[in-house]
Amino acid sequence: MTYAFTHRHLLGIEGLNPLDLRYLLERAESYVALNRQTEKKIGTLRGRTIINLFFENSTRTRTSFELAGKRLGADVINMSVASSSVKKGETLIDTAMTLNAMHADVLVVRHAESGAPHLLARKLNCAVINAGDGTHEHPTQALLDALTIRRRKGRLEGLVVAICGDIAHSRVARSNILLLNGLGAEVRVVAPPTLLPAEIDRLNVRVFHSMREGLKDADIVMMLRLQTERMQGALIPSVREYFHFFGLDREKLALAKPDAAVMHPGPMNRGVEIDSDLADDIDRSLINEQVEMGVAVRMACLEVLSEKLPAVQGAQ
Amino acid sequence: MTALLLRNARLLDPAAKTETSGDCLIADGKIAATGPGLTAPEGAEVLDAQGACLAPGLIDLRTHGRDPGQEHKESLRTQVEAAVAGGVTAMGVLPDTDPIVQDPTSVAWLVQRSRALGKAKVLPYAAMSVDKAGQQLTEFGLLQQAGAVAFADGAKATADALVLRRALSYAKTFDAVIFTHPEDRALTRHACATEGEYATRLGLPAAPAAAELLQVQRDLLLTELTGGRLHIGPITTGAAVDAIRAAKAKGVRVTCDTAAAYITLNEIAIADYRTFTKLTPPLRTEADRQAVIAGLADGTIDALSSDHTPEDQDAKRLTFTSAEPGIIGLETLLPLGLGPAHQGRMSLLDLLARLTVAPAAILGLPVPRLAVGAVADLVLFDPDAPVRIAADAMRSKSKNTPFDGFPLQGKVLATLVDGRIVYRRAA
Repeated sequence: MTYAFTHRHLLGIEGLNPLDLRYLLERAESYVALNRQTEKKIGTLRGRTIINLFFENSTRTRTSFELAGKRLGADVINMSVASSSVKKGETLIDTAMTLNAMHADVLVVRHAESGAPHLLARKLNCAVINAGDGTHEHPTQALLDALTIRRRKGRLEGLVVAICGDIAHSRVARSNILLLNGLGAEVRVVAPPTLLPAEIDRLNVRVFHSMREGLKDADIVMMLRLQTERMQGALIPSVREYFHFFGLDREKLALAKPDAAVMHPGPMNRGVEIDSDLADDIDRSLINEQVEMGVAVRMACLEVLSEKLPAVQGAQ
Repeated sequence: MTALLLRNARLLDPAAKTETSGDCLIADGKIAATGPGLTAPEGAEVLDAQGACLAPGLIDLRTHGRDPGQEHKESLRTQVEAAVAGGVTAMGVLPDTDPIVQDPTSVAWLVQRSRALGKAKVLPYAAMSVDKAGQQLTEFGLLQQAGAVAFADGAKATADALVLRRALSYAKTFDAVIFTHPEDRALTRHACATEGEYATRLGLPAAPAAAELLQVQRDLLLTELTGGRLHIGPITTGAAVDAIRAAKAKGVRVTCDTAAAYITLNEIAIADYRTFTKLTPPLRTEADRQAVIAGLADGTIDALSSDHTPEDQDAKRLTFTSAEPGIIGLETLLPLGLGPAHQGRMSLLDLLARLTVAPAAILGLPVPRLAVGAVADLVLFDPDAPVRIAADAMRSKSKNTPFDGFPLQGKVLATLVDGRIVYRRAA
């Protein structure tokens, strides 16, 4: 499949058209099989340098990007900058400038503040991938979720996806809303009003404050992590009350379609967002597939963006 | 006697609501004569205005001081230079300095230093509360004697209603005006955008526009209760304009201003996380922008200010949430401010009144006139001349303007303070 992917960076799902999205998913699809082989390595990105620059703690995403880069034959460096030591944004730019001077080809950035990767993309000449910025976007997570759904259900178009939980603080939710809408799914969000951002309905979603109503006839139930570390002020009265009304258990899931699948971007708070036994039910839960698809999707993104890089750095 | 004759000007006198064509003779720092066909006295300098507008100099009642303490962002010298380049002949300076202007000595020192510079006149605002902490009142009387023209805690709302009540009450002793900032602190904590679709899409911490109305209503009630004099701004929402209109109708002694950015930009400007569009209060919806222009046109909003807030690269080259809010505005006040006149929303004279007569009245200054006997603080400008804003060419030490490269209309050609030409645009 030949397609002209025109973007230098992957800063968000916003700005990508349906063809861009399908192209990335197709490319990712081709890597799923490779990742299941004994010999998982190819030389597509030999000679390229990828730097994972994580200003927020992350095991899952960082490992996934690292594996993706290494399986494509690139040199991958991990830099974890404890957010406590980064009090000032100039450190962010200075750090990035330093890496730029070392001729990194791709910079994978996670940062606690929305827009941080955009700031870097403006200053650097390497490709920048947003691995999660504040409460803004997490594009590769949405792509891997879409790939997981597509492989399970055979399509995205016309599916009803209910995204439940802390939408307000979730970059995963924002990216998923944009992507699923872009590819023709019907998106619902289910949360108490304190966990919903203003005018979320303007993003073409149906809003529910009740799990029972929101899950009715859903094909996919996507649970979100309750971002306790980001909670500022009294958004929910207690974890107990939250689980009672908004946690996913078999009783609530029974309202969705009989073959509805459950997803969670991880890491899970068992017994807070999702009943432990449900999370481990391989017939209903796609949580492990999501992790597997993550590597394939990130390989596709790294490869597609690397193709856009000039052969000689500094050339336009 | 030093004399200057300006020939062939459009003479605009917003206080008298008159516009005539003719000459203006300035002698000994004052306007000596106006009218057609004046004769230049011997030795007088003669300038041909070529039909440009001559009006009282702009009075900007909202600029943020950086000197002393942060001279790397703006020194007093660069600030008065920037002011006259923008046609501003007098400006109120909020006490955002370090140390804070809150004792008579620092007020007097600021006045003296600015006099020595001989450019725009600096009108110091002293802190309303000690250390701007919102607890103990400063010495309004002594500060006023030293030259403070108003009392303000900077771009920070007074959280404690009791303190503001006492400030408004006590200020009546000296007929002093209290400036307040229209944002409820609890609602706007951590916020850097207006709550709504845009902030949601960008994932930015946001506060509802109602945070402005909440604070404005409270401050209006306290003003009504005390009979004090309140000035609140920058006003950025239609709801706050309506509340102030209603309060004025009831006879509450309130005035307000908005800043040029709020009549020019709406929240869409924050897309792409450009920190030069981070303001406090944040940019609002298009509906609010239109309502603010309407409020300025009908006079509910008394004055138009620059809200000049110099911030250097280190304060702005950050993520949107971490960056300091504010933009420089002295040198863009006139071309941006002329917007409503160019759009036919206001007459040029009315607009000039918001930039001259009203701020003077709020600060208790003599009425700016283009008439015999008036102090010759004047601006000569061409309202229609196309201009492309160039941050690099600005006199401000900091270059934080979102308007770099903007094509606008309105050019300051010359600025006079006490009859002296303190700025002349290079041809």
